[in-house]
Amino acid sequence: MVKDENESANRPDNTAFTQQRLPAWQPMLSAGIVIPGFVLIGLAFIGIGVALFITSRSIQVLELDYTGMEQDSPCFRCSNADLRDCVCSIRFSINSLFEGPVFFYYGLSNYFQNYRRYGVSRDDNQLYGDLTYFKKPFDQCEPYRYDSNNQPIVPCGSVANSMFNDTFTLFQNVNDQQVVVPLDGKGIAWWTDYNIKFRNPSITPLRNAFNGTAKPLFWSRPAYELDPSDPANNGFINQDFLVWMRTAALPDFRKLYRRITEGNYANGLPAGNYTLEIAYNYPVLSFNGRKKVVFSNVSWMGGKNEFLGIAYLVIGSLCVVMSVVMLIVYAKFKFPEED
Amino acid sequence: MMRTAACANVRVLAIFHLPLLTETLINLRAPGSLGCDIAASSSSSSSFVSLITSHRTCIFVAHLQNGDQKASVQQMKPVMEVSACACQHTDVDFLTTDNKKEERRVRANDRDSNENFQYASNCITTSKYNVLTFLPINLFEQFQEVANTYFLFLLILQLIPQISSLSWFTTIVPLALVLSITAVKDATDDFFRHKSDNQVNNRQSQVLMRGSLQNEKWMNVRVGDIIKLENNQFVAADLLLLSSSEPHGLCYIETAELDGETNMKVRQSVSVTTDLGDPDNLAQFNGEVVCEPPNNKLDRFSGTLYWRHKKHPLSNQNMLLRGCVLRNTEACYGLVIFAGPDTKLMQNSGRTKFKRTSIDHLMNTLVLWIFGFLVCMGVILAVGNAAWEREVGSLFQSYLPWDPPVDGFLFSALLAFWSYVIILNTVVPISLYVSVEVIRLGHSYFINWDQRMFCSQCNTAAEARTTTLSEELGQVEYIFSDKTGTLTQNIMSFNKCSINGHSYGEVADPLGAQPKRLDFTPFNPLADPDFCFYDDTLLESVKVGDPHAEEFFRLLSLCHTVMSEEKNEGELVYKAQSPDERALVTAARNFGFVFRSRTPGTITTTEMGRPVTYTLLAILDFNNTRKRMSVIVRNPEGGIRLYCKGADTVLLERLCPCKQDLINITSDHLNEYAADGLRTLALAYRDLSEEQWETWSESHRHAEKEEDLLSAAYEQIEQDMMLLGATAIEDKLQEGVPETIALLSLANIKTWVLTGDKQVLSRTETAVNIGYSCKMLTDDMTEVFIISGCSVQRVKQELRRARERMIAHSQTKDSEKKEVVEGCAAACLKIFRRGGKLPPFPFSSNLMDNISGDFALVINGHSLAHALEADMEKEFVTTACACKAMICCRVTPLQKAQVVELVKKHKRAVTLAIGDGANDVSMIKSAHIGVGISGQEGIQAVLASDYSFSQFRFLQRLLLVHGRWSYLRMCRFLCYFFYKNFAFTMVHFWFGFFCGFSAQTVYDQFFITLYNIVYTSLPVLAMGIFDQDVPDQRSLENPKLYEPGQLNLLFNKREFFICIAQGIYTSVVLFFVPYAVLANASQSSGEPLADYQTFAVTTATALVIVVSVQISLDTSFWTIFNHVFVWGSLGCYFTIMFVVHSQTLFRSFPNHFHFVASAQSTLLQPVVWLTIALATAICIVPVLAFRFLKLDLKPQLSDTVRYTQLVRQKKLRSAGGSVASTWRSAGSCSEGRLGARGGSRRSGYAFAHQEGFGELITSGKNMRLSSLALASFASRHSSSWIDTLRRKKHAHTPPSTSGECTPALSHSSSVLGCSQEAPIEEETVRDSQIILMTITSMGASEEVANSAGSPSCQENHTNGV
Repeated sequence: MVKDENESANRPDNTAFTQQRLPAWQPMLSAGIVIPGFVLIGLAFIGIGVALFITSRSIQVLELDYTGMEQDSPCFRCSNADLRDCVCSIRFSINSLFEGPVFFYYGLSNYFQNYRRYGVSRDDNQLYGDLTYFKKPFDQCEPYRYDSNNQPIVPCGSVANSMFNDTFTLFQNVNDQQVVVPLDGKGIAWWTDYNIKFRNPSITPLRNAFNGTAKPLFWSRPAYELDPSDPANNGFINQDFLVWMRTAALPDFRKLYRRITEGNYANGLPAGNYTLEIAYNYPVLSFNGRKKVVFSNVSWMGGKNEFLGIAYLVIGSLCVVMSVVMLIVYAKFKFPEED
Repeated sequence: MMRTAACANVRVLAIFHLPLLTETLINLRAPGSLGCDIAASSSSSSSFVSLITSHRTCIFVAHLQNGDQKASVQQMKPVMEVSACACQHTDVDFLTTDNKKEERRVRANDRDSNENFQYASNCITTSKYNVLTFLPINLFEQFQEVANTYFLFLLILQLIPQISSLSWFTTIVPLALVLSITAVKDATDDFFRHKSDNQVNNRQSQVLMRGSLQNEKWMNVRVGDIIKLENNQFVAADLLLLSSSEPHGLCYIETAELDGETNMKVRQSVSVTTDLGDPDNLAQFNGEVVCEPPNNKLDRFSGTLYWRHKKHPLSNQNMLLRGCVLRNTEACYGLVIFAGPDTKLMQNSGRTKFKRTSIDHLMNTLVLWIFGFLVCMGVILAVGNAAWEREVGSLFQSYLPWDPPVDGFLFSALLAFWSYVIILNTVVPISLYVSVEVIRLGHSYFINWDQRMFCSQCNTAAEARTTTLSEELGQVEYIFSDKTGTLTQNIMSFNKCSINGHSYGEVADPLGAQPKRLDFTPFNPLADPDFCFYDDTLLESVKVGDPHAEEFFRLLSLCHTVMSEEKNEGELVYKAQSPDERALVTAARNFGFVFRSRTPGTITTTEMGRPVTYTLLAILDFNNTRKRMSVIVRNPEGGIRLYCKGADTVLLERLCPCKQDLINITSDHLNEYAADGLRTLALAYRDLSEEQWETWSESHRHAEKEEDLLSAAYEQIEQDMMLLGATAIEDKLQEGVPETIALLSLANIKTWVLTGDKQVLSRTETAVNIGYSCKMLTDDMTEVFIISGCSVQRVKQELRRARERMIAHSQTKDSEKKEVVEGCAAACLKIFRRGGKLPPFPFSSNLMDNISGDFALVINGHSLAHALEADMEKEFVTTACACKAMICCRVTPLQKAQVVELVKKHKRAVTLAIGDGANDVSMIKSAHIGVGISGQEGIQAVLASDYSFSQFRFLQRLLLVHGRWSYLRMCRFLCYFFYKNFAFTMVHFWFGFFCGFSAQTVYDQFFITLYNIVYTSLPVLAMGIFDQDVPDQRSLENPKLYEPGQLNLLFNKREFFICIAQGIYTSVVLFFVPYAVLANASQSSGEPLADYQTFAVTTATALVIVVSVQISLDTSFWTIFNHVFVWGSLGCYFTIMFVVHSQTLFRSFPNHFHFVASAQSTLLQPVVWLTIALATAICIVPVLAFRFLKLDLKPQLSDTVRYTQLVRQKKLRSAGGSVASTWRSAGSCSEGRLGARGGSRRSGYAFAHQEGFGELITSGKNMRLSSLALASFASRHSSSWIDTLRRKKHAHTPPSTSGECTPALSHSSSVLGCSQEAPIEEETVRDSQIILMTITSMGASEEVANSAGSPSCQENHTNGV
């Protein structure tokens, strides 16, 4: 008895874990799984690819570059950076109904919103309405932290400072009359940005919160005057500001400017001639940037995206081809069956 | 220039300058490195020559002892060996440049004066930290690791705002985690060290304080104290033995813990202190000991005792070392000389060399390469940054001005470089080293937990003592095994015997049941109950009174040097030097011829229940050349008879030729036994007439002093003997040894047996026998080469001959093959042709690698010494490695290590050494993996080992199962680990081209922080710990599965590049697919998707999914843990992401959690999921296709095994049968002892014995009075015997108690202590003479002569200073 006890003291436990006998699933890449798997994946990808491709085809996109680099461009005149309050207009026509809802984007090229120091040059505490950061902005905002009078800049940082400030007005030319196409500026930003991430200080009137602060250097108006007409679109929760502040991942990007959802244009832009009037304020030529406007509609999968459909089709077909190759190899070189 | 010790017997012969010394070294043929101590010892252990080199001036010192004219230098060996074979009683004084400081003075019973020297107390601390010092010391140690310092450096970089591309927490969180895991491990280790320290320090010992014995803790014992030890107590410190309860101040110790030897050793006090028996006298003792400083040489001590104005030399014979156990001695007193950390035990327990695995080395190289790669990437991106800043950034300054310190694109590029170093550092993940350690720890636990490596007999489980080597177990190519105690149990059992032409013993009955074990007790109350014998016909013939059988066992009961102890009547305990002798005497005991006791002149036995006392007239002791021993006894009837036992080869020559038939039959039996791998002895007797005895004893007496005459005298009487029979002793192999060796050789692991332990004088014959019995050698072998040359030339020739024969053989074989199979002729032809062109040597290693026959090489210690010399070693290695089996006999511990080093050096193979004794320690330490056999008494080998278990056969499981799995798991782990980190990190590189090389990260910082430690760590750890490609039984059944590890196929530079390439490919896909899809994509609500945060979330999610799918593909053994970890990690990723992107956290820290709500708005988009699916498919589909095709086109053995296993499982399941039973019977077909009968003729002679015991017995030095008294009660009827006893006592005690050390005693003790015989070879002696002549010619010849004549005079001659 004693001996047994002694022995059990040293004898390792006989459990499945200690003896490495845990029940286990031991998958193997057998032909029965891999080849049908490839066929299935291939077919599924082809199916999705076809669907994507067709959907993408049905999406209409209209892009208009208005940088004004070229001499014949209507905005060539405005591309001179010294000119203030320059307005130019672009005419274009639509041959068939541009189905709605139509989204109106502006796009910038060669613009590095994703540059590291650019991306961090903002103060989310400030933009959350925290007044202590109005006095002392986050140090990453340098050099747009304090102005020359040592006044704290609100909103601070490069991102806010460089806010896109071209404005657009769209007219449909009906019988030589220019009919304004109503543009909907609500809900162009992320819901969470509007409701959570950005917040005005809870001081009314809003301008009092900005006492003792300076506006960003490049701004013509302080933040509390971004949209004086609508307090729900003013200050930090101005939708254009929100859109700008959501920095782009890539140097060529576009941002939503307006939606065309109202009145006669709820179903889209009817065929016809249009004029886009641009208040050209934002200089891009100094760094070889381009500016454009984009009209697009969307489907269940978002905007036009041909790459996705084609990629799915290619991968799907490759899978199917691979499965055939594998079948041949398997038939020739398969494991000898157990005797 | 130099001073010598005041009492030194040292003569400085010459001081050479460097060039002269080198010349000397060349003469010595040892290209020893200058600057290290080189010592040479003479064979006769009487002179000690040491070379001390110091800077430019080198001093050559010869120390010569009195009475020895011919100083002969044997061989240059490192000091270690010198200490092993130099004689103990040479009092060597240490010669150092500053002697005063180095020597130690200890005054007995005088704590105050000893305190001046501030010797270490007996308190030992092996722990490294205490509560206060833990944090600073541990952190300091951890930051000595390059990896940790590197990450600390990164952390500092991150604190510079211009560089910081990542928040500080991305580095500090993993670093803190890694540091704390290591710290916890260190703390637990140290806690246990504290515990064991405390336990040892608080042991009690009796210290003599102010005339009385007081109990003290060990830690309070001081140098100079006198302490009392009792029987079976551990010695508390290194003591000078002062007196003992035994006569002549003898005491017995067991040194198992010190050197692993289990036989007892004798120590004797200095004669002057022997009589200080009681505490009162000892308290008066005020001697002073001057001795060498603390050192780690276990078998050497030199010092002098000054007492009563006299000097008494001290040697190791007078010392009791800490760690020994007092045995068979009631009590003894000792003076503490070295305490605590100064003791030889502690000095020896130095930190063992930290072993690293080959994967470690590879990993370090790879990490360096990755650093290089990192720098390259950094440079590329910095150049990109410079270009970008120049072309674009400078123009973009209106929106994004440069930071104030940046004044140009070059400076910006410099900053970008460091920023990218920070970002890309995750290619060398901080968690790599910790993960590897964790995995190895897991593997070690699996070894500890393995029930199939648990030995229930000795109740020991396998133990992984090192947790850092596990995967190397899967790469072993060479095993170096000790024989005794490792392959064999070191249990000798009397197995068979041949008496008068009848062979008795176990009948081989392959089918029948186990033969019945004989029960001796009813017939013989004195029988040893543990004795096993299975043939009852022998017992019958003894019972009947067969005179041959009786004489046979009488011989066994008389002709030996065993001592007996009989505490209570009938409880006999035999103390034999060798297990062989014990087995023989025990056999005689059980068959009714019981050896009861002996005195110097008598042997008392009980023969068939009747006590008989024989007068012991002479013991003709064993020695190595005689290969036999005899006793001459007078029986009670007055007849004189010589009994002899010895090797058949020598004994059969000395028989009376009258009974040729019997000799032939017995000789046949002997062959049979030898073929069975048994150790045989032939037995014979001779009747002597009174006159014969008288004349012989006269001549013997004359011959007493001269060794040559003595052996001639022995020769003279051991003639015309009558053959009695032969014994066969089985050197019991451990269970499963032949199977294990066979299995390992199937796994392409070569086993080399290196024998040469001190206890058993293994001869070539016995080693070969063991080789046969454990299947290393078989009669199917093409040829077994035996190298036993005594000179360099001979060895060279023999090796060359062996090689030539091997090549010749494989050539003929190849050409045969060529004729038979024409198809494969090309390769053979190539070898053949090459063979023809070759010069005799060097043989192309290629050619030697292709040897096809089964060859074996047996080499003995002398030849090995030559073979290991610098110019021969290459030749030796090629020859030896071409052989299937290799046996080295009689190798010294150092040679064992040298052989291991040799193979390590030349074959670049992973080596494993396995052994059980102290003599294996050096080999265990120098091999890549050392395995100790535990459960035996000595623990030295286990302490030095990396793995320990109790049975040799567990080796197959350790290597083929655990090792293979560990290797597989580690390789898969590393492949995946590098893959996932490259896939993760390189995305930043591609992104660099699109973000102005600004070191912008693709992912959220929290993702970067947690990717390695949370999202992807556990699945790969689970794979690294639990994965199995095939179950354990399969890998034992298919030893070939072990080969990928040996060839290093699963993780090498090529595999690494494949992993890296796959990682980079994945990163390309992970960046460009989202890039292409998202650039112009918008949500269904019209908002664009190409914002930074959406892009980050999409890429990160795709990455996590891709690497999870990849680990799922890599995992071949999905236990519950794998499921939990893989699914858990995915779940964890999404949970943490949603938490980090939650409003709550944002509201508290808007600046840190500015990704608020990105997760939900991104992951609700179908396009995002389509992107992720596309990226995953593009990453995984090619891998899947490639793996499938590889499996079909080029299946590995493991794939085939796994496949058949699965198919079988399926079939069984469908047949409704259970899976288990059919395969569980793997590898247990024990065939017991094996041996091909009728093979080559071998002598199975074995005589595990040492010379010198005969003399010890006849002198009576090792007999205690108590045992003499006990002997009397065994034969109390014989009154004449008591008279003899009395006579003997009077005759022997006076000289030995008279005080001065008698030559006889010193001789015998030297034999006891110096059990390793030092072979002298003519050649080396000649060499040494040359050296001596060189010295003499330097003008020091007079000194040699002087020193030989007067050793004690203190002369100090220096030349050329």
